[in-house]
Amino acid sequence: MILNQFLVIAAALFSLGVYGLIVRRNAVMILLAVELMLNAVNINLIAFEAVIRSSQAVGQIFTIFIITVAAAEVGIGLAIVIMIFRNRQSANVDDFNLMKF
Amino acid sequence: MSDLRVLAAEGPMNLTEGGFFAEWAGIMLVLPFVAFLLIVFFGKRLKNLGAEFAIGAMAINAVWATVLLVQNMTAGVFREVNFEIASIGMFEGRSLIFELGWVVDGLSIMMYFVVSFVGLLVFIYAVGYMKGDVRVTWFFASLSLFAGAMLVLVGAPNLIQLIIGWEGVGLASYLLIGHYWEKKENSSAAMKAFYTNKVADVGLILGAILLGLAIGDFSFAAINEAAANHAEPLEAVAFAGGLLLFFGAMGKSAQFPLHIWLPDAMAGPTPVSALMHAATMVTAGIYLMARTFPVYQNLVGGEAAREWMIPIGVITLFAMGLLALVADDIKKVLAYSTVSQLGYMMTAVAVGGYTAGLFHLFTHAFFKALLFLGAGSVIHAVHSNNMSDMGGLRKEMPRTFWTFVIGSLSLAGIIPLAGFFSKDEILATLDYEGYQAFMWIAIAGAFVTAFYMTRAVSLTFFGTYKGHGHPHESPALMTVPLVALAVPSVFAGFLNIPGVEFGRFGNFTTWVGARVVPMGDHHPAAIDWTLAAYGLTAGLLGIGLGWMMFGRDADTQLARDRVEIPVLYPLLREKYYMDHVALGLVGFTKGPAAKAVNWINTYVIDGVVNGVGASMGVLGRFVYSGLDQRGVDMVFNGASAAADAAGSALRKLQTGRVQQYAMGFVAGALVLVLAVAVFN
Repeated sequence: MILNQFLVIAAALFSLGVYGLIVRRNAVMILLAVELMLNAVNINLIAFEAVIRSSQAVGQIFTIFIITVAAAEVGIGLAIVIMIFRNRQSANVDDFNLMKF
Repeated sequence: MSDLRVLAAEGPMNLTEGGFFAEWAGIMLVLPFVAFLLIVFFGKRLKNLGAEFAIGAMAINAVWATVLLVQNMTAGVFREVNFEIASIGMFEGRSLIFELGWVVDGLSIMMYFVVSFVGLLVFIYAVGYMKGDVRVTWFFASLSLFAGAMLVLVGAPNLIQLIIGWEGVGLASYLLIGHYWEKKENSSAAMKAFYTNKVADVGLILGAILLGLAIGDFSFAAINEAAANHAEPLEAVAFAGGLLLFFGAMGKSAQFPLHIWLPDAMAGPTPVSALMHAATMVTAGIYLMARTFPVYQNLVGGEAAREWMIPIGVITLFAMGLLALVADDIKKVLAYSTVSQLGYMMTAVAVGGYTAGLFHLFTHAFFKALLFLGAGSVIHAVHSNNMSDMGGLRKEMPRTFWTFVIGSLSLAGIIPLAGFFSKDEILATLDYEGYQAFMWIAIAGAFVTAFYMTRAVSLTFFGTYKGHGHPHESPALMTVPLVALAVPSVFAGFLNIPGVEFGRFGNFTTWVGARVVPMGDHHPAAIDWTLAAYGLTAGLLGIGLGWMMFGRDADTQLARDRVEIPVLYPLLREKYYMDHVALGLVGFTKGPAAKAVNWINTYVIDGVVNGVGASMGVLGRFVYSGLDQRGVDMVFNGASAAADAAGSALRKLQTGRVQQYAMGFVAGALVLVLAVAVFN
């Protein structure tokens, strides 16, 4: 089993996601970066499941669960972005700095 | 004087449960209150303005009590029914239970009978007497309330219910004495009776608390049982408790010096006097002494308390009788006579003559009620209370005259009327218990009794009429009760001739002796004729002297009545200045005593309070400025200032830029990963 390759891919994907999350200024792109991170985790789960083969397929069920939650999260996230865009005519997160002291 | 005595039955007696009438005797206690409510709500619509209800309730009670009396004659009855009402606190791990109920035994049956029988006759009489009077409906309502309260008192199985009935009697007596409240002196008399009784009630309540808490039970059964067993906790309080109960009894039973309310209580309508001062209310104190008799009989402290009770009884029986000599108001004569007779009863009970005291109570209830009702009949005819407005009424009012004479002879102790036997038993008890001096005073009292009754009869019924108008005999509604009361006034004495028993029915001694705890008093085994002769001679001498002075020469009787012996006459006329003493006491309390207390309050108590207040102020100021402002506040101010500064510094971290937060988050995660990698 070539577990390491999967883990390396997943780590690379996760790092890309983190990079996008920190560097990107467009809110939509940030959401996409978050999706990248979630999917990196999914690859990890599937890879481990393929090795362990647990009797109840825990890794696969968890993956499906994360995909479901991610879909919901993106739905809410995009809705927030649209609402902010309507108010501010901008999707730049640097403009969204009201939540401070 | 012989010493042939037998002791009352010792040890447990054969007592029966008494069946239906004993089990439901509480109905007797409730009926008058039902009548009271019915009279208040529906009385005015009836022909006799509500008297029907009062008489009906009393008639049922009289029949009921008679049945019980007969049952008790054949075999001693004892039945106690208790309803638990509430728990009124804890005492040494046990809860004190407040119970209401009724006790049916020889003593209470005798009282049920006297109260109901005399009450019934008085109620019937009152219908005639009060015809056309003001507030007749309310009068009968109060009478019912009074009878009911008295029955609650008599039927009480514990001290608390007794106090409830006791106060109820006090309240109803206030209402009845003040029936003609339009006149100031009448309402004052009502208040005097109420207040005087209240003074005594303090003693009763304290005594009840003392005795009840000593054994943790307020029921008479428990107290008497403990007394019979010489229980140590009860013995410890027997002297104080016994005297306090007696102080309570002194109020209701008008013992010197708390008798002052009774003569003034004559302000009420005559039927009230007849009920209150013959069969009920004034007998309550004697009843209380009889009910708790084992405390006085079996305990050392109780016997010591009796030594204080005897002189008071003796003073009452003799000194109060003398006052009847100078009274012009016929009801006042009877009032002082009542006080004097109560002195006889109290003396008898105090020297240990349980049966003797109760027997005199029993006979006195009949002939004194008869005398009061007779006096009422006369007052009804001549419209005056004063004997100086009467005279020569024997022809106009023959029935009143004859019944009054019977009552007077009975009261004077003339053989073979009821008063002779009951007074003789008191004399015999005094003799046997070793109080010869007091026995002679009692014999002298009998002389005085006979003398003033002869004076009253002479001034009222002999000589010439001195009032206005033409007096007529009272209607049958009033004379029938007189005749009905004259019968027991003559024959009641035969119920307790020493040594004579009616076969299996026993006699009065065994009837009132039917109680759980044996009373242990002594009875004459046979009549002591020497002693009887002394009493009888005193009575006859009194009558003879009275007749010589007032009866014989009709026209000059008033002049003779006005002979004013110096010193003695004003002393008696002013009632030994007892009212002045009482008023002086009240005045002293209101005046100098109150001023002294006020001074103490202003300068001593207030000084202490102010000093404590001032020192508290100084202490408070130190605590405020020294400890609070400088110490405690400094700590809190410092802490809050530090928190403020830290917050000002840290708030700059909150930029509102989400990506900075994400940066921190990732950096933190990296640090943790590195830490795990390094330290693993």
